[in-house]
Amino acid sequence: MSIKKIYREQPKTFKFSDKSMEAANKIVSNYPNGKQQSAVMALLYIAQRQNDNWIPLQAMKYIAKFLDMPYIKVYEVATFYSMYNLSPVGKYFFQICTTTPCMLRGAYDLVKVCKNKISKKENVLSEDGKISWMEVECLGACVNAPMMQVNEDYYEDLNDKKLEEIIETIYQNKTPKPGSYSGRINAEPVNNRKTLLGNKNA
Amino acid sequence: MLKDEDRIFQNLYNDSGADIESAKLRDDWNGTKEILEKGREWIINEVKSSELRGRGGAGFPTGLKWSFAPKEVGSRPHYLVINADESEPGTCKDRDILRFEPHKLIEGCLIASYAVNAHKCYIYIRGEYFNEGQKLQTAIDEAYKNNLIGKNALNLGWDLDIYIHYGAGAYICGEETALLESLEGKKGQPRLKPPFPALIGLYGCPTIINNVETVAAVPTILRRGAKWFSSLGRPKNTGTKIYCISGNVNNPCNVEEEMGIPLKELIETHAGGVVGGWDNLKAVIPGGSSMPMLPKEICDNMKMDFDACVENKTGLGTAGIVVINNDQDIIKCMARIARFYKHESCGQCTPCREGSGWMWRMLERMAAGEATPDEVDMLFDVTKQIEGHTICAFGEGSSWPVQGLIRHFKDEILERNKFDPVVKKQKNIPYLVDQHLLEKENA
Repeated sequence: MSIKKIYREQPKTFKFSDKSMEAANKIVSNYPNGKQQSAVMALLYIAQRQNDNWIPLQAMKYIAKFLDMPYIKVYEVATFYSMYNLSPVGKYFFQICTTTPCMLRGAYDLVKVCKNKISKKENVLSEDGKISWMEVECLGACVNAPMMQVNEDYYEDLNDKKLEEIIETIYQNKTPKPGSYSGRINAEPVNNRKTLLGNKNA
Repeated sequence: MLKDEDRIFQNLYNDSGADIESAKLRDDWNGTKEILEKGREWIINEVKSSELRGRGGAGFPTGLKWSFAPKEVGSRPHYLVINADESEPGTCKDRDILRFEPHKLIEGCLIASYAVNAHKCYIYIRGEYFNEGQKLQTAIDEAYKNNLIGKNALNLGWDLDIYIHYGAGAYICGEETALLESLEGKKGQPRLKPPFPALIGLYGCPTIINNVETVAAVPTILRRGAKWFSSLGRPKNTGTKIYCISGNVNNPCNVEEEMGIPLKELIETHAGGVVGGWDNLKAVIPGGSSMPMLPKEICDNMKMDFDACVENKTGLGTAGIVVINNDQDIIKCMARIARFYKHESCGQCTPCREGSGWMWRMLERMAAGEATPDEVDMLFDVTKQIEGHTICAFGEGSSWPVQGLIRHFKDEILERNKFDPVVKKQKNIPYLVDQHLLEKENA
């Protein structure tokens, strides 16, 4: 389940940085006049990125004022959608997909690795505070299963050994390379491609 | 096997790049102006006669849907919304279109919005596809720069603006009215239909909602003619489709194939066969997790198109094929799908909100062998109480797969859960309401 528990220690104030403000104004202009409420999802996401990947209550109040809508409506949206974190998460936030297509190809082996290498429980920071992990529902890369999402990047075609390597890389202060770990850049059948061969060799 | 030149998505495997120059080499944006100059009527009729059916799961004829939009623009503007909120377990076709063939989608948006009189198009992408959305945005910027969309697009006097709207991780927002709610900045809870979105949709205005694959296929259909498209497949199930084959196969892959291709051929030719051979096959979910699974006997001779699937009491859905072999615990697999639906229910209708949790917990117990034989019938009854009693199709989507499990694998469930309920043996205990109490020492 997603982290929908409101964090105990809330910051006193929240304000968009200049960069966030610019992005927010651009998004609001995408929608017709008077329909600025449509931008609430994007603005919450901007707030989340600005505030170390989680949304404090002050940010919801700020956005409510920004869009001229009731605070409770912003709160509703923030608690409904699973991608908004209402408590702090690790700098590297591992989301392991464990829905059936990934489960069939060994997603629970990845969960085991996370339990051993990061923390015993979901949504608990690792010892050095860099990583936290959780199980999530289908991330829509079933052909490249098992896979996980770290912040915004997909890591595909994993197995327990490869995941251990990724975690070790982070512990050594390096950023692991996103994408598929079986050498493909797409969703082609590895070593068994029978279609569009003319394009491949072109 | 389909000939390579008949494949619509030539860059499905990103052999030549997604930028506009490479896209033009693949015939994108070729003659778009001439197509639009033939007029709305012609476009809609051509799409109608190609018998293109929506690729998002329901299979509704696309041309018919477009013709529902009011002919004249009244006081309310029209909108085109593209559904790229792909979250059905087993499906990942739209992702490859967004990242490798964005120009097909943008060209389709221009044609579709012209056909339904819309000047604004919103593409609703699921929030997890952040990188894919960025790639689409790059392509949209390229199209603006080349005057393919924007003010006076293609010098036709037609304005079109395309915006991307990111979701935030809610499966239910793939349902069209929930998507509109989400686009309006609310919780994604589906609306009652009627009124249908074609008359009262986004901001109360006429709105046409299409899947990514549907819209991206339209330009090629119009360029090559409806006759070419309808010559593939069989009547009412025409054209090509991207199949996503995942699970216990040797080479999981996305592949574009003709409609009506036999399931066995699809798995053996493209996905390298089932792990452990075809005889090791246990079941196949043919159309994403919402569709009932099929046992091996049916899979042997099954064809993959809308009507053939319905004949076998399942559905083509999004054509996300999940292969399950004998090494897996089929009840556990289903329990995990039920957990998915429990997690994703929006909570608006009671039968779905409560029932999805019941189904999950009962299936977990059945997987562990802790249920009684009677409970199998009870579970079936629960699915029947959910189906048809909810605002949107999520009720069907969550209960059909469980019904499929019971229909084809009831013996296996009974085999594992055959102990007599303790309650029956000790009928004289009046206060005993729950058999599980007996397992505890102090009960």
